[in-house]
Amino acid sequence: MTQTKLNLEPNIAHPDDFYEALIAMHQGLSEEQSRIVNAKLILILANHIGDEALLREAMARAREDSDQDQT
Amino acid sequence: MTPEMQARDNPTFDYRPSPDESAAEPAHHPIIIVGAGPVGMTLAIDLAQRGQPVVVLDDDNTVSVGSRAICYAKRVLEIWDRLGCADPMVDLGVIWKVGRVRFRDRLVYSFDLLPESGHKMPAFINLQQYHMEEQLLARIHQLETIDLRWRNKVVAVRRLADGAEVDVETPNGVHSLRCDWLIAADGAHSPTRKALGLDFRGQVFKDKFLIGDVIIKNADFPNERWFWFDPPFNRGQSALLHKQAGDLYRIDFQIGWEADAERESQPERVAARIRAMLGEDVDFKFEWISVYTFQCRRLDRFRHGSIFFVGDAAHQVSPFGARGANSGVQDADNLAWKLDLVIRGKAPESLLDSYDDERLYGADENLLNSTRSTDFITPKSAVSRAFRDAVLNLSERYAFARPLVNSGRLSVPCTLDASPLNTPDEDAFAGLMRPGAPAADAPVSAGGREDWFLHHIGGDFVAVLFGPRAGLAELIKVDGVPVRLVTVGEGGLEDRGGLLAKRYDARPGTVYLFRPDQHVAARWRAFDRDKLAAAVRHATARQEKTQ
Repeated sequence: MTQTKLNLEPNIAHPDDFYEALIAMHQGLSEEQSRIVNAKLILILANHIGDEALLREAMARAREDSDQDQT
Repeated sequence: MTPEMQARDNPTFDYRPSPDESAAEPAHHPIIIVGAGPVGMTLAIDLAQRGQPVVVLDDDNTVSVGSRAICYAKRVLEIWDRLGCADPMVDLGVIWKVGRVRFRDRLVYSFDLLPESGHKMPAFINLQQYHMEEQLLARIHQLETIDLRWRNKVVAVRRLADGAEVDVETPNGVHSLRCDWLIAADGAHSPTRKALGLDFRGQVFKDKFLIGDVIIKNADFPNERWFWFDPPFNRGQSALLHKQAGDLYRIDFQIGWEADAERESQPERVAARIRAMLGEDVDFKFEWISVYTFQCRRLDRFRHGSIFFVGDAAHQVSPFGARGANSGVQDADNLAWKLDLVIRGKAPESLLDSYDDERLYGADENLLNSTRSTDFITPKSAVSRAFRDAVLNLSERYAFARPLVNSGRLSVPCTLDASPLNTPDEDAFAGLMRPGAPAADAPVSAGGREDWFLHHIGGDFVAVLFGPRAGLAELIKVDGVPVRLVTVGEGGLEDRGGLLAKRYDARPGTVYLFRPDQHVAARWRAFDRDKLAAAVRHATARQEKTQ
């Protein structure tokens, strides 16, 4: 059992570089392609993390406040 | 009822015919600056303080009309302080440090710039461009070697073998002038750039923004920067509220590429937007309304032989982050001392190429940051908007998302890491004051009086020695270039509070060499006259003498 806690404090050294790369990943893709690429990215990262409890907690946090996510 | 328009009553300046206009041959001047905006005036002052006569040509007869730059960063205030005009700007300006970010109908988080204490200048001030320009003008009027000519419009530019020639249109007709060095400080639409047919390439942003500078009488908004993403009063777009001096507020609405600029600028339509934003009972007048679009672009090079481009004429950025005027003033700061040394024959002309190296680097840093801010504020694809909205949603609850929110990365001083003028460290140092960094300020005492460190460096090369002077002269010359010696400790500056030594990671014996623009050129743990001389030669683009 891992004791790792979900880290919600800033943890990326160069946030602007990261964000630019994230958006650039989608350059030239259709909306449908982008959705799939995002899903693949989540799966790759989830596999890297591995810890299921941690992943479930992240899922719950992501799902919070979803009523705000409609435009 | 539509609020009234109360445009500012700008001062106007008389056109005075110059004797040059009736000269049989084109009159010759060492330096001509085209444009009396913030950057052209800053450069003129810096050159004049170095004893260089300067002619400044401006096609208008007043300071900035209406809404332009409003936000000036500490480094630029320090440059203006070296030039003797920052104090009145800070007195007039609004000092702010708190920003609030809103997403839809919620305040998602606030930030405090938490400016470090122990600096003479604040992190930022907000001040209308016309106030800032009037302070630069007041300083210009104290300097006799600046010949500022209003209503002198440059209508043609020709390169000469050893300089440039311009045709100048005045109310009396057209005359020509020649110069050794021509500096284009003539703005984003630079007629000089166009006359030379130079490419100005970059990215066009397909968006429009509506600006209102609004005099609000009955509001008591704090001195804060408020930024809205997708607010109820401007759905799908952004908005900004920022205080300026007096009762004036800058209000900025993103209105989209398809918006009809003329229709959106109608005072009754702008008034409706402002009431939706700030409340029905807000009592205001307009000082200025305009719609703007912007581009992020630059020239390939800022030096073209005898002709230099500075400020918006050289590079144009989005307004997010206050990087326009702030970078232009740093251009002027960088160029003035180099031009002065070259004109005096104390440095080779190749020193001027380092203006290109250093300020292209600065411009690219600004372009990168302002482009990123623009992409966050105005996402251009569905997936980009989804990530943006997700970041904003998470930022209300989770600290990790806040550094990803980008409503403008505010101008920070440019450290010239890759500069060919730097002497790389050979000793170990901690902290931020590496070669290329602009000098950090600190409180000191000089002759028993409280003072600031930055008042003691700049203008010339200055070597700061932490520890006793040990019999060294106050001034040494390296191939004719003067280097002032300043000591910290007994008989010199007192490091009251110890911040100076801390910021410079200084120990007894530590030596810093500062360039005339206050950037660090070199540093050592012990004084060595030969090393100092080599670093001065290196920072003035002189070849090392072979033994």
